[in-house]
Amino acid sequence: MTRPVQRTGTFQLTGEAEGLALVFSQPLSFWGGIDAETGDITDHSHPGLGQNVAGKILVMPSGRGSSSSSSVLAEAIRRGTAPAGILLERPDPILAVGAIVAEFLYEIRMPLVVCDIAGIASGDGIAIGTGVDGRAIVTIQPAINPAVPRHS
Amino acid sequence: MTLELNARDRSMLDGEQGPSAAAAMKILVAFSNAVGADSLLDISGAHIDGCLFHGKAGLDFVERLVEGGGRVQVLTTLNVGSFDLIHPGMVKMPAAEEVPARRLMKAHLELGCQATFTCAPYQTRFRPSFGEQIAWGESNAIVFANSVIGARTNRYGDFIDLCCAMTGRAPAWGLHLSENRRGRILFELDVPDPEPSDSLFVGVGLIIGQASGDRIPVITGLPRPRDEDQLKALGAAAATTGAVALFHAVGVTPEASTLDEAFQGHAPDETIRISRADIGHALARLSGVPDGAPLAAVSLGTPHFSHQEWMRLLPLLREVAPGRRIPIYVNTGRATLTRLQEEGALAGMEAFGLIPVADTCTYVTSILERLDGVVMTNSGKWAHYAPGNIGVSVAFAEMKDCIRSAAVGYVVRSAS
Repeated sequence: MTRPVQRTGTFQLTGEAEGLALVFSQPLSFWGGIDAETGDITDHSHPGLGQNVAGKILVMPSGRGSSSSSSVLAEAIRRGTAPAGILLERPDPILAVGAIVAEFLYEIRMPLVVCDIAGIASGDGIAIGTGVDGRAIVTIQPAINPAVPRHS
Repeated sequence: MTLELNARDRSMLDGEQGPSAAAAMKILVAFSNAVGADSLLDISGAHIDGCLFHGKAGLDFVERLVEGGGRVQVLTTLNVGSFDLIHPGMVKMPAAEEVPARRLMKAHLELGCQATFTCAPYQTRFRPSFGEQIAWGESNAIVFANSVIGARTNRYGDFIDLCCAMTGRAPAWGLHLSENRRGRILFELDVPDPEPSDSLFVGVGLIIGQASGDRIPVITGLPRPRDEDQLKALGAAAATTGAVALFHAVGVTPEASTLDEAFQGHAPDETIRISRADIGHALARLSGVPDGAPLAAVSLGTPHFSHQEWMRLLPLLREVAPGRRIPIYVNTGRATLTRLQEEGALAGMEAFGLIPVADTCTYVTSILERLDGVVMTNSGKWAHYAPGNIGVSVAFAEMKDCIRSAAVGYVVRSAS
């Protein structure tokens, strides 16, 4: 078994979560991109089309698109079709608002973390926790033998 | 990420001004951190695009703020809802949808918002003035406020517009700050002696929206508009094909008396020439319907028809006198409608097929009687969104051609 790797990050919304990574190099807009009833990716121009985000740790460089994505994320969190957590390279105001509103309304915390996402692959096990200083601790358990070189 | 908060901000955040203000401030702080603002600034007004019912989370949010005793802290207007509260019989909606749609509109009123229900708050007595800091939602209202009035707002949307209203604060970033309002991309309208037709303004709007990306566009060569409704149409089109929140038109808009002022002394990153043919192509893309196609309806007033536009439409209706009962829907603000009724201006107009619609818009809810034919509009925004939203075919034309077509029952357009 490969040793897990840990890195720190900044919380946009604090919380704990575990799940399998779903990694995209291209940002995904929740509005017009995800069906909040199912968690299915519906954006025909996105490589993730047809996959499902529910319960995953969604990993992508940034958010994208319309401010209506806040509503779609909040609605998905309410319905249980949202990712378990999201890792981003750059802070995203639209997703932060959606996640915080859902926490406020439904007391469901979907952690939103800004951290280095290099080297994370779809299928890796990800655990998001909180360090003593309040920073996010992201633990990555690679899914496969890293004989395949990874950037980190 | 060091967001500076003043004592009042902190007091809100700590819950000393109630749970609703605390929630709004918490969300505003997270948003401000995410956009990299250093501090918050005072706003004098807000416009909330939260009355269209999109799902339970949106309604739950407003209900929770109401339960927490929340009140907006600044003058706050409301965008259109999913329902025409003035003409309730007109909206074809199952009861299961109607109840939350109406409740969403009413819950906003309980927070102290004004019952404007218009996408054109700049046509009401609540219009802001030059230089005012505001937090507005609704893309056409945002671009109008920034460009035509010279008030200052970013593109606020879901939840965050209401959080600004509930706290009276907005992040000090983006278009709130003078240095970020300078032009970046130059569009030279290369049309000799252009007539200030409505189509010209729509066409220019469509083009700058498509080509600007996140850069602020500056237009030269634009003829002096007949009225601000033409700038409304330009901005609405630019915010439809793109994300334009502010444009400058040299010699026309208030922060662009000269090219140099519009660019704040800098050079444009890029210059694009717009020819008459470019305008023609942009407009042709809006309208796949050939002349002669049978007409189901006309829809005007997206964004909401101003009083001045009504004063152009009503004489035209009397003159052309369409008698085939083809419905001519006109979306307008309830305040404008009330004024027209007080003036007696609408008397007898139903005979020509006129159907005023208030509080909502014909492309966001089920109002049109027939969806199986061609609908004609003079709105670039309506022409862009209606096929996807309500499934109609659209013919775009000047207003007088829309009315002439209603009179003959099929699409006719003057050569232009």
